[in-house]
Amino acid sequence: MEQVVQQIVGGLATGAIYACIALSIVMIYQAIDHLNFAQGEMAMFSTYIAWQLMHWGMPYWGAFFLTIAISFVLGYAIERIVFKPVHNAPVLSHIVIFIALFVIINSMAGFIWEFTIKPFPTPFGTKPVLGGGILSAHGAGMIAVTGIMLVMLYAFFRYTRVGLAMRAASANPDSARLVGIRVGFMNALGWGMAAAIGAVAGIMIAPVVFLEPNMMVTILLYGFAGAVVGGLTSPGGAVFGGFAVGVIENLASFVPQFGAEMKLTIALALIILVLTLKPNGLFGRKIVSRV
Amino acid sequence: MSTPLLSAKNLRAFYGPTQILYDIDFDMHAGGITTLLGANGAGKTTTLRALSGMVKTAGEIRFDGKLISNKETADIVRLGVAHVPEGRGTFVRQTVEENLQLGGITQPAGQIAADIDLVFTYFPRLKERFRQQAGTLSGGEQQMLAIGRALMLRPKVMLLDEPSFGLAPLIVQEMFGILRRLNQKEKVSMFLVEQNASLALELADHAYLLETGRVVMSGPAKELSQDENIRRAYLGY
Repeated sequence: MEQVVQQIVGGLATGAIYACIALSIVMIYQAIDHLNFAQGEMAMFSTYIAWQLMHWGMPYWGAFFLTIAISFVLGYAIERIVFKPVHNAPVLSHIVIFIALFVIINSMAGFIWEFTIKPFPTPFGTKPVLGGGILSAHGAGMIAVTGIMLVMLYAFFRYTRVGLAMRAASANPDSARLVGIRVGFMNALGWGMAAAIGAVAGIMIAPVVFLEPNMMVTILLYGFAGAVVGGLTSPGGAVFGGFAVGVIENLASFVPQFGAEMKLTIALALIILVLTLKPNGLFGRKIVSRV
Repeated sequence: MSTPLLSAKNLRAFYGPTQILYDIDFDMHAGGITTLLGANGAGKTTTLRALSGMVKTAGEIRFDGKLISNKETADIVRLGVAHVPEGRGTFVRQTVEENLQLGGITQPAGQIAADIDLVFTYFPRLKERFRQQAGTLSGGEQQMLAIGRALMLRPKVMLLDEPSFGLAPLIVQEMFGILRRLNQKEKVSMFLVEQNASLALELADHAYLLETGRVVMSGPAKELSQDENIRRAYLGY
């Protein structure tokens, strides 16, 4: 029994990262109706920026917050420069751009910082805080940091005017314009925030998976799984889905002959299962489009 | 004569390659209620959408002396043009409170509470529904909410698209009474699109008749309501 609890807590730690990625995917999905394949690469690039800042001698938390700010600006700029001009383009154009962004960011990171694996520091230490070594101090720190961030995001969307305007712009763009909201600007804000959330996820997971240009590829898949499980239209659902995927993949390691090697398979199987049985996700709402 | 509050010259509008409006001219003066009559598909809604920059247009639209044709919708709204759209444009997932807050989102935060109270004096029903999700309101309540939301902008002019649509006759009467009071007390000019011609002509001081995208007749509302052809075609007696 104790082991089960430990696995669940350990799952929450990685689940926190999936939740962040899932949330940033959903935020961009709300803004432009498409899945951003480059989300993970954006987070990876942000993590490199943090590494670089620390390499230049900046203290951890200084680099942490500066990276979040830089990532916000970069995400904002990507929307304004790359996606605004193709706003009305068909889906395929968007997908091609996502793939291009993916490749460009990935190679740029490799070009600037080389493809060799770099260790990434943790401010929390690595000593186990729970028996059995399942949850390290860093794991607990991950849960805490993402928890704080999620609460702040919730408060932002629930209680601020900009948050309300962003929700309105994604729920009903036409009506939003008619009350004077600049919808394009809100979309760009959404991109900036998604990039900033991704940066937090990247910085938090980097000490676990090590820093290299492909570090986010599998994590992005888990993030997708989380977003799909929770429902692409529900930010809260995406967060729940991220945590759920983290816990489920950890619990699966109990199954004999199955173990750690099947973790990714489980994430993909979850996506297929949810899409077949409940296409809108657990918390998503049905999209009805009128002809 | 003073400069018109809202005017159009040679206004044309397009959906893709299809032209909907042909050289529409009108003037509307501050404080007045102007109505645009016409059958289904005459281009009434398109005219409103053209005024608030939601369709591609050519020609000139002026508001308060400023050229607003080809401005972004949000920027036109910020000048004080509140468009109550066809279908009411409710933010269905948000509460009534949030819908009203959204109406005043471009206004200073300090005046929101007082403005919501003002909306309540016209639509007390909204006060009862304050914390409710707006999508759960009845059609009439959603129409009240749409007008209330527009009022939150402290608009100079309201563009009203079929405020009587889908409402019970009694509610329609009440609604038009409230519109008249808004016009008189809050000094909101109105540009009203309506299929219910007799109601519209009763409320408005000036009227334009639209047929297949062209203005075919205009004048004081009283004169139009006396006109033989209009009576036969649009008033039904």
